Amino acid sequence: MKKKVLTVDDSRTIRNMLLVTLNNAGFETVQAEDGVEGLEVLEDANPDVIVTDINMPRLDGFGFIEGVRRNEKYRAVPILVLTTESDADKKNRARQAGATGWIVKPFDPAKLIDAIERVTA
Amino acid sequence: MDMNEIKEIFFQECEEQLAELESGLLKLNDGDRDPETVNAVFRAVHSIKGGAGAFGLDDLVAFAHVFETTLDCVRSNRLEPTQDVLKVMLKSADVLADLTNAARDGGYVDEARSRSLVKELEALANGEVPAPAAKASDPVLAPAAPAPTDDGGFQPIPFSFDSFDEGEAAEDGQTYEISFRPRRELYTKGNEAALLLRDLSRIGEMSINCDAGSLPEFDKMDPEEAYFGWTIQLTTAKSEDDIRAVFEFAEWDCDLEIKAQEASATDDELPMIPVPFDLAALDEGDAASEAAPPANAAASEVVAAAETATSVSKMAAAAARVEKKEAAAASASATAAAQNAAAAAAAGQTIRVDLDRVDRLINLVGELVINQAMLSQSVIENDTTGTSSINMGLEELQQLTREIQDSVMAIRAQPVKPVFQRMSRIVREVADMVGKSIRLVTEGENTEVDKTVIDKLAEPLTHMIRNAVDHGIETPEKREAAGKDPEGTIKLTAKHRSGRIVIELVDDGAGINRERVRQKAIDNDLIAADANLTDEEIDNLIFAPGFSTADKISDISGRGVGMDVVKRSIQALGGRISISSRPGHGSTFTMSLPLTLAVLDGMVVTVAGQTLVVPLTAIVETLQPEASSIHSFGANQRLISIRNSFCPLVDVGRILNFRSSQANPVEGVALLVESEGGGQRALMVDAIQGQRQVVIKSLEANYTHVPGIAAATILGDGRVALILDVDAVVAASRGQSLKPEMSLAATG
Repeated sequence: MKKKVLTVDDSRTIRNMLLVTLNNAGFETVQAEDGVEGLEVLEDANPDVIVTDINMPRLDGFGFIEGVRRNEKYRAVPILVLTTESDADKKNRARQAGATGWIVKPFDPAKLIDAIERVTA
Repeated sequence: MDMNEIKEIFFQECEEQLAELESGLLKLNDGDRDPETVNAVFRAVHSIKGGAGAFGLDDLVAFAHVFETTLDCVRSNRLEPTQDVLKVMLKSADVLADLTNAARDGGYVDEARSRSLVKELEALANGEVPAPAAKASDPVLAPAAPAPTDDGGFQPIPFSFDSFDEGEAAEDGQTYEISFRPRRELYTKGNEAALLLRDLSRIGEMSINCDAGSLPEFDKMDPEEAYFGWTIQLTTAKSEDDIRAVFEFAEWDCDLEIKAQEASATDDELPMIPVPFDLAALDEGDAASEAAPPANAAASEVVAAAETATSVSKMAAAAARVEKKEAAAASASATAAAQNAAAAAAAGQTIRVDLDRVDRLINLVGELVINQAMLSQSVIENDTTGTSSINMGLEELQQLTREIQDSVMAIRAQPVKPVFQRMSRIVREVADMVGKSIRLVTEGENTEVDKTVIDKLAEPLTHMIRNAVDHGIETPEKREAAGKDPEGTIKLTAKHRSGRIVIELVDDGAGINRERVRQKAIDNDLIAADANLTDEEIDNLIFAPGFSTADKISDISGRGVGMDVVKRSIQALGGRISISSRPGHGSTFTMSLPLTLAVLDGMVVTVAGQTLVVPLTAIVETLQPEASSIHSFGANQRLISIRNSFCPLVDVGRILNFRSSQANPVEGVALLVESEGGGQRALMVDAIQGQRQVVIKSLEANYTHVPGIAAATILGDGRVALILDVDAVVAASRGQSLKPEMSLAATG
C-alpha cells in the first residue's frame, strides 16, 4: 500500500515540487497551504508522515507541529520540517515543538525521499 | 507537470510575492507596526529564496538571503524600520524584482546597484546585530552573520547514502561499539529506535544486543516510557561521523556513545550474546509507520505482550502488524473523505485559467449575443402581435444572455493594483534621480477593469508619472521657499463612474506654466501668436501633437514621447484624458476608460444609407439643427450655434467619403461630441436608429484598418455595421491645421 504524505507549505512552487517528487516516488500526497489548513485536513488525510514548512501565514510550522502532537491519534506520526531556516535556533524550536527530523532547502528530491524513508518503516 | 511548468508557477508566485513585499514595505513606511505586516514581508522574500534555491538561481538566492537576514532583524525587533531603513528595503525590493525578471528571461540587472544594496543591507543587519563572538556563550541565539552566498553558514550533515561511499575510514572496515539508549522524547517526536537500527544495519555488518534490564513489571509499565537500550557492534568502512549521521534526528533524545574498537579486542569484551538483527521482519511493517511507540491502547497491549521478547525486531514487527490492519482500514475510509476535504478546501479560492480560454469564451458569448439579437429580430418580423410564448421566451433568453455576458466580462476584470504598485517604484526611482522627495499615495487600487485595459494602461501611466515627478513636483528647496511641504505628493486614484473607470493623477507641484506652454505652442506653430486662449485650452495644448517642451528634455521624461503619445494610447483604449491645473497648487490629469474592450454601448445611426455605430461615451447630446442656427464659415466650413456658442459642423458622410457633397444639415441629426482637448464638434448624420450594446469585432484582425473607423460589429439583422472612430473623424475634419480651430474655440 502506498504511504501517504501530508505536506504543509504556503509556497505554490514548493507545493508543486513536493507533489511531483512524492508522486514520482510512489507516495500518495495530501497538501495544505498553512498550519491551520494542515490541522484541518489532518484527520481525513491520516498521513504516514508529514512534511511541513516553518514560515507560513495564519499558523506557522511550530504551531502546526504542536497541534499535531496534541492530537491523540497523530502524536507519533513522523514530522519532517522542510525549511531554509537552517540555523540551530530554528531547528531546536522545531524539535521542541515535536518535529522528528528536518530537510534543509534548497529543495532536493533525493534528500526529501531519503529523509522520509528514514523516519518511516 | 514537469519542472518547467513548476518553474513557470514559481515566477508567477514571485510576482505575487514581490507585490506583497512592496505593499508590506509601503505599509511599514506609513507607520504600520503590525507584526503580521513584517512577517508577510519576510515570508515573501523567504518564499522567493526557497523557490529560487530549488531551481539553482544562485544570484536570486544570494540577494534574497541578504535581504532576508536584514528583514529578520526587523522581525525580531533588532532593527527599527525607520524611513531610512525602509528606503533601502524598497530599493532592495526593486532589485529583487529585477533579479527575478533576469532569472526568468534574462532581463537587465544593474549589478553595481545590486552590489551596493547588498552592502547597505549588510550594514543595516550588522549595525544592530551583535557580533556572534559577543554571544559565544549562547550560540543557539547568536544570529548568523550575513553570508551572501550560503545558507546562513549552516551545513547540514549529509545523510544521503551516496555520500557514505566517500567515507574516509579504512577500506577494510573498522568495528565500532555503539551504545544507544533512547529517551522517552525520542518516541514522542515520532522517531523510532527500530528504524534507526535498520538504517545502521545498512551501512555495515552489525550484531546487536538489547538491554531490557530496566523494563519494569508488567503492571508498573508505562507504555510510553523508553525501557530498552541497545549495544551494537558495527563493522563498517564508514567514519564515525557517518554513523552519527544516522542518529542525526535523534541525537538530542538519546544517550549515544560510539567507540572505535581495537581490531584485536572484539568479541571477548562483550558481556551479552549477539542476536542477529532481523531486517526482513521489520520490512513487513512498511505500510504502517506507527511501529513506533504505542499511540493507543491496542498497541500498548502489544508492547505488554512482547515484554519478554529480547529481540527488538520481533516486537517491532508484531506491533507493526497490528497497526497495519488498523491503519489499512482507517485509511481506506479516510481516502475518499480526504479527497473531499481537499476539494472543499480548494473551494472559495482562485483557479488559474489560461487567458486564451477566457478570450475564447468571451468571443463565443459575443457570438451568442449577436445570434440572440438576430433571432429576436426575425421573430419580431414574423410575429407582429408580440404575445406568443416564443416572444416571452426570447425576452428571457435576452436577459440570460446579458447576464452571461456580464459574468464572463467579470472573469477578465482585475484590480488595477498591480499597475499602481509598479508606479510606486517609478516614483521612487525617478525622484531619486532628480533629487526630489516624493510620496505616492494610491487610492482605489481594488477597482476592477478588464485585463486588456490594465495591460495597456501601464505605459501611458508610467509616462505621466515620470512627467509628474520630473516636471510637476518642484525641488525641495523651491517647495520650501513656496511654503510647501518639502516632500511632494502624487496621488493616484481609481474609481468606477457610470460604467467607466476614472483614473486621476494629482500632483501638488507648481502646476502648468501657462506662459511657457503658450510660448512653446507659438514657437512650434501650433497656435497663432495672437490667439486668445482660455487657461484650460492652454493647459490642453500639452496634448497637442508636435508640442514638445524641448528645453526641458531630460533623461527621465523627455524620451522623445510627449503627452500626445499618452493621449493617443488612452484614446486607442476608447478613453479620454484631460488636465486641469492651478498654478502653484499642482495639476490633475483625469483619464476615463471603458471597463471592457469587448462590448460597447453605441448609438446606431444612418449615414448615406450605411449603418454606423457611434460610441455612446463620445456623445454629449443630440439635436435637430434648425436652418437659422447654421452659419457658413469660410469656403466650405459650417458652424452650428448651440446656446450662444459656435461649434464646427462635420458631415460624417463627407469625411468618410460616403458622398461627394455635404448633406443638408436641416434634414439630418447633429451629434454633439466631445473631442479630446475640450473642444466640441457637431457630427452630422442622416438619422438615428436607436441605442444598443454591440460586440466589438476588430476590423484589423478580420479585414484591414480603415481610417475613421474604430472597429465593426454585427447587428441583429446580421449586417455588419462600422463603429465610428469619433476622434479620428474630428481630427480629419481639422485637416492639417490646428490654428483655425484654436481661434474658433476661443470665440465660442
